[in-house]
Amino acid sequence: MAEAAIRPPLALLAEVTHRCPLACPYCSNPVELTRAAGELPTDVWADIFRQAADLGVLHAHLSGGEPASRRDLVELVAAAHDAGLYTNLITSGIGVTKDRLAALDEAGLDHVQLSMQGVRAEVADFVGGYNGGFDKKMQVAGLIAERGIPLTLNAVMHRHNLDDLPATLDLAQTLGARRIEVACVQFAGWALKNRAALQPTRAQVDEAKRVVAEARDRLRGVLAIDFVPPDYYADYPKACMGGWGSTGLNIAPDGKVLPCHAAEIIPGMTFQNAAEVPLGEIWYGGEAFNAFRGTDWMPDTCKACDRRDIDLGGCRCQAMALVGDARAIDPVCRKSPDRGRVDALLAEEAVGADWTYRRFAKAPAPAE
Amino acid sequence: MTATANTACIPVLPRGVRLHHDRVRKVEVLLGPERTLMLDGIGHAILSELDGRRSMATISGDLAARFGAPVDQVSRDVETFLTDLADKRLVDMIDG
Repeated sequence: MAEAAIRPPLALLAEVTHRCPLACPYCSNPVELTRAAGELPTDVWADIFRQAADLGVLHAHLSGGEPASRRDLVELVAAAHDAGLYTNLITSGIGVTKDRLAALDEAGLDHVQLSMQGVRAEVADFVGGYNGGFDKKMQVAGLIAERGIPLTLNAVMHRHNLDDLPATLDLAQTLGARRIEVACVQFAGWALKNRAALQPTRAQVDEAKRVVAEARDRLRGVLAIDFVPPDYYADYPKACMGGWGSTGLNIAPDGKVLPCHAAEIIPGMTFQNAAEVPLGEIWYGGEAFNAFRGTDWMPDTCKACDRRDIDLGGCRCQAMALVGDARAIDPVCRKSPDRGRVDALLAEEAVGADWTYRRFAKAPAPAE
Repeated sequence: MTATANTACIPVLPRGVRLHHDRVRKVEVLLGPERTLMLDGIGHAILSELDGRRSMATISGDLAARFGAPVDQVSRDVETFLTDLADKRLVDMIDG
């Protein structure tokens, strides 16, 4: 694809660390986590933010892991702000103290997205694998409201908490959030490992859709609701990343630049590092970003489909994970010859299983 | 906060929502939480009027006078545009 046809990126997801006090089994981080020693230093991130702004990025999402695990979080936010970016802190709240929040506020933080593991301590702390996490989170939500920092609640939903959706919407209002993301777990990273323990039932999904539709109507102008449905139950695939290499880029803690956070599972793909290669070169010319850009790469079924420009070829990592071929039709799609595999997984898995908490492997990491 | 705004309401951009000049795309944008709205000339003209003092009705009147356009038509455009943004929590409506 010619450079002229490639639009500049709008958003940068800066995964500044993989360290996190929580151990949520649905974490989107890769199963191979980067340790603290491998993280990019402050000045390299600051340079990345400036490059991103020059490239056309408008939003910087500081995420992780838990970004507050980084001692230089305030400096990172200041650097993104000084580069002219809209700064969004995606946090569990753990490690965000009153003084730190004040410093973040003064550094130019635009918005906080607070993750919710559940509406009650016993569920939330069980999901996060961290006792006392829920109470701390509620304190942080209070501090955010006190300072008047705009708040979005990011409620990650799955079989163990989807029935609490009405209470989750209530909690968002109680905490003064303007927005809530009802994000049903997407199966990549650790979530893929724990899919059987997390997959909601069809009845739960149907009820969640009804609750969301009703709440959107009732809470118009009060609470904006974004809903990410569980895509295995959908008829057509999600338009992953708004189209590969079209909207945003992810940078891992070690500087690796990814078209999406799960892209590392695709074999044979090489990812350039923002500490070594200019971001513009990676975005426009990088092999990974061009691999599934536009429509030329698509299977014939997708190329000819009337939903081609809606679904944008679905999710490549999902095709990889479920069919073993990143070039295959996203198997969620009704037109995929592999849709039967997704249905079989739903029948098999949405019943019960234990999960594995997302934690660093004990050092040294076992060789597999 | 009311879900249905009337023209006496004073529209404001809440904290976390702001106008921004996109120097790369050479366009005015409205930035908010997880939102980027590329603005056309009309959208930008309307949002630039939000000063926390004037009501929707006053803003419509001022814009109509400035652009020499019928006030009915401008009012409709202003109300539709701002009500839609208020529905999405990108504009706050303060009771006038």
